[in-house]
Amino acid sequence: MVTRSYMSRREVEQQSFGLPVAIFVPLAAILLQVLLPRLLPALAILDLPLVITLFFAVSRRSPIAGTTTGATIGLLQDVLTSQPIGVNGMAKSLIGYAAASLGSRIDVENTATRALLTFGFSLLQSILLYLIERRLLGIRSFHVLWLHELLRAAVNTVVAVPIFLLLDRTKRPE
Amino acid sequence: MDFVTRFKNALFLIAVLLAQAIALAMQVRTPVDSGQPDGRSVRLIRMWATSAVTPFELSAHAIGSGISHGWSDYIDLRHVRQQNKDLQQQLTRMRIEQAAIAEDALEGRRLQTLLAFKERYVGSTVAAQVIGSSGSDQSHVLTIDKGWRDGLRPDMAVITQDGIVGKIRDVDPTTAHVLEIDDQTSGAGVILASTRIRAILRGTAAGRAQIGNLTADSRIKPGEQVLTSGGDQVYPRGLPVGTIESIAPDPDHQPYTAIVVHPAVNLDRVEEVLVITGTQSNLPPDAQQDLTAAEAQHAADLSAERLPGIHDDEPPSPAGVNGATPASTAPGSPTVPTVIPVPHPQPTVHPDRYTTGSTPPASALTPGAPNPQGSEQPAPNPDKPK
Repeated sequence: MVTRSYMSRREVEQQSFGLPVAIFVPLAAILLQVLLPRLLPALAILDLPLVITLFFAVSRRSPIAGTTTGATIGLLQDVLTSQPIGVNGMAKSLIGYAAASLGSRIDVENTATRALLTFGFSLLQSILLYLIERRLLGIRSFHVLWLHELLRAAVNTVVAVPIFLLLDRTKRPE
Repeated sequence: MDFVTRFKNALFLIAVLLAQAIALAMQVRTPVDSGQPDGRSVRLIRMWATSAVTPFELSAHAIGSGISHGWSDYIDLRHVRQQNKDLQQQLTRMRIEQAAIAEDALEGRRLQTLLAFKERYVGSTVAAQVIGSSGSDQSHVLTIDKGWRDGLRPDMAVITQDGIVGKIRDVDPTTAHVLEIDDQTSGAGVILASTRIRAILRGTAAGRAQIGNLTADSRIKPGEQVLTSGGDQVYPRGLPVGTIESIAPDPDHQPYTAIVVHPAVNLDRVEEVLVITGTQSNLPPDAQQDLTAAEAQHAADLSAERLPGIHDDEPPSPAGVNGATPASTAPGSPTVPTVIPVPHPQPTVHPDRYTTGSTPPASALTPGAPNPQGSEQPAPNPDKPK
């Protein structure tokens, strides 16, 4: 007779990572984000920290963990740019929270779902950055080129799918 | 308590966002949106983060440079003979151009002296290598491998031999961040080279440098060179900024035009830069020496133009013109002021009534008296009725 438990989907599928992976993968993403555009300037369109935030958020499926991951990665990203510290931090905190909340409700192991998630959250981040810069900070000269942001979302999606598959191998076995 | 347990996720998010919003508000009190340096606490945070990232950036830069230089050395060796020849030709061309430019410079100096104009020349510079970037196309910031230990300070101009790159934003002990001219928070005072119109250059969201404070003007054409005006007290006057790429009405800011400037420096590929650490009102010694040499050459050229040539087609005859005796110029004789002979007309062979001196003066003539020569009939008056 098959035994059934009443654990939620989140409890069943929550993934955990080793400490080195949880620390070094985001750091490597931020470092690569800084270094890659020096080799090929067009790669500045890529947002590796966002991809990593999404991966950890949907894998852990914990909104608190997702928020923490997003805030940490975003703040580190802010520190290395000319932007006020907190712009990317706030945007990625929200992204991490939303991705983790969504990850506990839908199947995020599917490649198509992951691609769709990355595309959608990439656009959401552009909207959040626009709102933070224009409305919260009141920088009137800040403009967003939406066609460019669509392209950014597409590039992030293309890059995210293989990275997700690669990082799946770092998940701690149950 | 039950409320907190139930909404702990949302409450945690709100707490995180609130903390960051407060941090943002504290930063925005300082003018962060105008490309100015951050406050002390923010600068410290950025400095710590940069210090953590810099070793990786330096390593990556060293590895990249090693590979790149190794390959380019090999290629260079293969083409060094041809390059040498090309460079010599280029040097010859540039010497000719330099002579022409020196003439213009002299003229400019004379005019500046007349106007008592105080120019700011580049006094001292520090060479630096670009080791990193912000990694985002919304923030155009470069990291260079020199900091305040090398004398760098915020708001110092950063240039290459092609033109301006940007200005120093934050300075750490061993590194500094350069805000490029195409960053959204960047600004520079510029002047259009041929029309002499002053304007402000700013970066756009698309990462382009744009002049947006000018109304439509038919004199401004694409291709016109844009130079620094010196009015911003950051960039010395006259440095190349770029060329006008396009001119179009700015839909967001009517009636102004959006003048897109193509930077003189390839900002995506800049490797080495010069940071202007000091300016002076006089030319640097080397440039002053060059200018003095050019001035002496110019004076010699002018003297050569004014003195009679030794290869004239028709040298003056020893007897001079109309028998005028030239001043003695024998070697060793005392210098005699040169008398320029006044030419006289040759005597008339067949004189007539038009010959000079054949007509009596008006005071000797009587009104109504017959023509003293008598042989010539007066010309018929066409207006007189017959």
